[in-house]
Amino acid sequence: MSDDLFTLGSTTFSSRLIMGTGGAPGLEVLERALIASGTELTTVAMRRLDPTVQGSVLSVLDRLGIRVLPNTAGCFTAGEAVLTARLAREALGTDWVKLEVVADERTLLPDPVELLDAAETLVDDGFTVLPYTNDDPVLARKLQDVGCAAVMPLGSPIGSGLGIRNPHNFQLITEQARVPVILDAGAGTASDAALAMELGCAAVMLASAVTRAQEPELMAAAMRHAVDGGRLAYRAGRIPRRYFAEASSPVDGRAVLDPERPAF
Amino acid sequence: MTESTPPATSTTSPASPVTSTTSPADLSVSVNGERRSVAAGTTLDALVAGLTSAHSGVAAAVNEAVVPRGRWAATALAGGDRVEVLTAVQGG
Repeated sequence: MSDDLFTLGSTTFSSRLIMGTGGAPGLEVLERALIASGTELTTVAMRRLDPTVQGSVLSVLDRLGIRVLPNTAGCFTAGEAVLTARLAREALGTDWVKLEVVADERTLLPDPVELLDAAETLVDDGFTVLPYTNDDPVLARKLQDVGCAAVMPLGSPIGSGLGIRNPHNFQLITEQARVPVILDAGAGTASDAALAMELGCAAVMLASAVTRAQEPELMAAAMRHAVDGGRLAYRAGRIPRRYFAEASSPVDGRAVLDPERPAF
Repeated sequence: MTESTPPATSTTSPASPVTSTTSPADLSVSVNGERRSVAAGTTLDALVAGLTSAHSGVAAAVNEAVVPRGRWAATALAGGDRVEVLTAVQGG
């Protein structure tokens, strides 16, 4: 939606869907899904170079003109994450980083102490820091206060497809935020992405919901429309929820009919 | 690069069976977690060139410190160095 741009750091995007590349069965499937999603910003992970691997996700992103966003997935300490971010900056020539510091492999939940520590260090080092965080309004505020360019709360654990487990917290986070709030992790299907936008998120980040769908390209298109639809609904302002019905047809002007003598 | 602290593993110990089979001019270093023997004087530039011909998208750290690409040619490896060579893969 060209009249409703999304600004992150000092960059403006027309798409509010940030894609991940993990989980795709191959680069060809990934490429078709990325095109269908309309994304302009897409994450990659940093891993040891394997000389036997053919093809590169970087060449796909380069061909599609999609900006690359390195993450620090797999890091458990602030030190590991900071070094990974610096290596990514060196390899990819970007000072943007999707900062992930997780506490354990079973939940992949962020470690708030290490996360905040790493975020502060990287902001001081000139990075544009986009932290994957818990759906905790207090931590979100602290990440914002140390200079993060966005906060990216999880709807539910990475890859779980459980959607947004605590919409109330999302609303608390978006209401107080001075930086974009981006749903990160948990989206399972299109309604999850729409709900995030309706709750005031500026964008949605997802990977597994698309890359592990039975038809990744179709789901990518679904997510694109869901994000756009949810954003429009947010801007439009939803009606208040009511306990009882409120007629949408006028009460005045009805015919006066004898209820005892029906026409049939 | 020289190390300020002894390596955590025994890979550079003079008694190590790996280093004992190499010539005295060879160095034992760790590259992406694998022990390998390189000739003394080998630079980081040469080491990475042996792994990939890519001219971008690759970064290297020696002993947990990033070495900018512009310094690879001037960075001679030392025995016991731990070299990590990373690139971007599908993820996130």
